[in-house]
Amino acid sequence: MWKDKAMRLLMVSAASTSICLVVLIFFFLARESAPFIVKPGLGALFDTQWIPVSFIKERFGLLPLITGSALVTGLSMLFTIPLSVLGAIYIAEIASPVEREFLKPFIELLASIPSVVLGFFGLMVLAPLIKHFFGLGTGLTALTGAFLLTLMAIPTVITLSEDAINSVPRAYKDASQALGASDLQTIFQVIIPAALPGIIAAIMLGTGRVIGETMAVLMVTGNSALMTWSPLAPVRTMTATIAAEMGEVSFGSIHYHSLFWIGLVLLAVTFILNIIAQRVLVRYGMMK
Amino acid sequence: MVETSLFPADTDHVITTRQVNFFYGAVQALFDITMDIPGRRVTAFIGPSGCGKSTFLRIFNRMNDTIAGTRLEGEVLINGEDIYQKSNNVVHLRRKVGMVFQKSNPFPKSIFDNVAYGPRIHGIKDKQQLAGIVEQSLMRSALWDEVKDRLETNALGLSGGQQQRLCIARALAVGPEILLMDEPASALDPKSTIRIEDLIGELRNDYTIVIVTHNMQQAARISDYTAFFYEGRLVEFNATKKIFTKPREKQTEDYITGRFG
Repeated sequence: MWKDKAMRLLMVSAASTSICLVVLIFFFLARESAPFIVKPGLGALFDTQWIPVSFIKERFGLLPLITGSALVTGLSMLFTIPLSVLGAIYIAEIASPVEREFLKPFIELLASIPSVVLGFFGLMVLAPLIKHFFGLGTGLTALTGAFLLTLMAIPTVITLSEDAINSVPRAYKDASQALGASDLQTIFQVIIPAALPGIIAAIMLGTGRVIGETMAVLMVTGNSALMTWSPLAPVRTMTATIAAEMGEVSFGSIHYHSLFWIGLVLLAVTFILNIIAQRVLVRYGMMK
Repeated sequence: MVETSLFPADTDHVITTRQVNFFYGAVQALFDITMDIPGRRVTAFIGPSGCGKSTFLRIFNRMNDTIAGTRLEGEVLINGEDIYQKSNNVVHLRRKVGMVFQKSNPFPKSIFDNVAYGPRIHGIKDKQQLAGIVEQSLMRSALWDEVKDRLETNALGLSGGQQQRLCIARALAVGPEILLMDEPASALDPKSTIRIEDLIGELRNDYTIVIVTHNMQQAARISDYTAFFYEGRLVEFNATKKIFTKPREKQTEDYITGRFG
């Protein structure tokens, strides 16, 4: 009897580990960011400049970092969404079994490339190309980062969108074809609308992955914390800022606490994206 | 062989097949089927599972084309036109030959959009015209009174029987001459089944209906002619009354009296 109870206890604690960890991480972020509220106050976060080390005046505005992340993520999704959704449609609906068996391993391979290796590729191949193509002073731009992030997001979005398309009942396709619809009409007017919630969830999860990505963007976006919406300007993302500055910041300084605010903002954004994706998926599950 | 004197003199033979063989890959599913299906009548296909009756039905709107590795030999004529000629347009064929499936399969769209789907893909954009077609089709399928106040609600909220009548309305909306029904009531409760059978009775004067059924009482109730299939061959084709009272073949008699199948 006590054995059952002990086993049960063991499994309950294993299952609750992740909950505890999330709570702990959140608590830790809150504790390390809290002193910033007292000095210099939350208003400082809304500054338009991020100059954490300065002889004149330090500035801790998150806005350039947020716009940097938004710009890189937005550009990346602009490429990712059409490429992935069209790719998923092709693989799920049009490709022959042979083509499918050929394409899918490549997509999985793309997913397994470490982001630092992709960063190398971006630095040595992509950045010079962009520099020459647009005649810029530097190839380290928001666009370069967006291209790399697209490579990282594509496998996630393609795979999940393909699952969504495959889970559309065969009967819908039969009904549409029996009414005289062409393959393309069937795909765009019946299959895609039926799979749309799953595709939207896939895009949300892909966006979360892109926002949270650090290494590659740190290497290729130029790391200049200027507020800009130009794709060809160097930018700095939230993640890159934390990664670049955490190692050198003096412990307990205002700069140190401000980095935790970046972490909190990132957490909030990815958390919201995940919740939206889950909501959509749950509704989708009920529709089936 | 079926004598042509089977049908009254004024009957058109809408569907004609000549020596049809059909293969799934290397497996032959239909053997040398030659038959004439009369226009504006209900013809039932009966036979045990796997006898090829559904496969044969799906030849008439080329739905078997969607399955990889299938092959057809012989001739299939609809209104005298060989539908398997390369020049023949599948889209055009399927407008003329509608299909209702075994399991009701409305799209996850509104009731209106389900019925309007066919007309829309065939290029009708005018809203009033679409509304007219939707109303007419739903009236023909005896569903209008139940759904006229909620055309914009999702079709998946309808009951099984209503969904199947919606599928019939959707098929009628493109203006077919022939309606193929593949066990349209086999997944429904008895009450809904009766409604579908009544509906077939109402449609019989305007459409050529070919229905596959497992249910012999159903075939006897609703059809004018009955074809009995066994192991991929057409065993007997005759007026339903004759098939069920005085079948010519021993196999037919054994099947309809429930000795096998």
